[in-house]
Amino acid sequence: MNRFVLPLAIFAALIALLAAGLTLNPREVPSPLIGKPAPHFELPQLDQAAKTFTEKDMLGRVWMLNVWASWCVTCREEHPVLLDLAKSGAVPLYGLNYKDKREDGLAWLKSMGDPYQLSIYDVEGKVGIDYGVYGVPETYVIDKRGVIRYKRIGALTPEIVKDKVLPLVQELGRG
Amino acid sequence: MARLLAFLLLVSAGLWAHAKEAAPAAADPALEHRVMTLAAELRCLVCQNQTIADSNAPLAEDLRNQVRERMRQGASDSEIIDFMVARYGDFVLYRPPVKATTLLLWFGPLLLVVAGLLVLLRRLRRRPAPEPELTTAERERARKLLTESEAEPR
Repeated sequence: MNRFVLPLAIFAALIALLAAGLTLNPREVPSPLIGKPAPHFELPQLDQAAKTFTEKDMLGRVWMLNVWASWCVTCREEHPVLLDLAKSGAVPLYGLNYKDKREDGLAWLKSMGDPYQLSIYDVEGKVGIDYGVYGVPETYVIDKRGVIRYKRIGALTPEIVKDKVLPLVQELGRG
Repeated sequence: MARLLAFLLLVSAGLWAHAKEAAPAAADPALEHRVMTLAAELRCLVCQNQTIADSNAPLAEDLRNQVRERMRQGASDSEIIDFMVARYGDFVLYRPPVKATTLLLWFGPLLLVVAGLLVLLRRLRRRPAPEPELTTAERERARKLLTESEAEPR
């Protein structure tokens, strides 16, 4: 009987390890950008190509940058959450329209509602690369000193907003 | 007339060929070789089991373009790797660096082999080869065989 105990224990440990592995999301790669200054950009705005916006405009404020595109299916799912967040006025939300057509992006905002203070237009996706974007939608919380404090890859859900984003924004707003 | 036609055809064919945007690969084979060699070391974050050299995902294409652009600007391979790691983390490297967090990844298999060897050694030592015990009948037979072979020398 005793000789089965050890193999069984090893087997159970292996199963536990694999089970834990199943609950993890391999797409959630830890970003090296957390705790680092938000990469610099200066991009034209989506609705006014002549006007630019840069992350420096936001120094001194806690804000959120949300990467989106009209071709992105998950963004459609996320959109109501963003609209609610914008309505609550808890944190200014800025959009990064990623590798999209300008008219498609504008049409999307028109038909679905616009939660953003403004969106910037990154047609080549270069700012996306600087921000380590690989799975739209992605969302960043940036503090008053312009440091990235949180990154979400994939859609924001009401739970994440309530449990992670809003407490963090409040904490950063006090500091 | 036929000659003129052929000439016009050739010229127009040439125009058509030029009208097509030059594929980046054709521009500079040496550079392209360098791009693809480095790209084969970088993981595509969209299709995670592919390198950005293999993947056709738009992001992989963008990253290859980044690599190419940076190489044109004279960046070294390690500078480009640093550029990628700063944005996407160590995960972008197909060969992760040896670090405290990756020790288990690198040496886990070795650990398993060592553990297996230890178990094997313990087993072998604990179970010494048992002395063969012969029954009296077998002893008798053995004795008989031995004396028989002595009886008829070759």
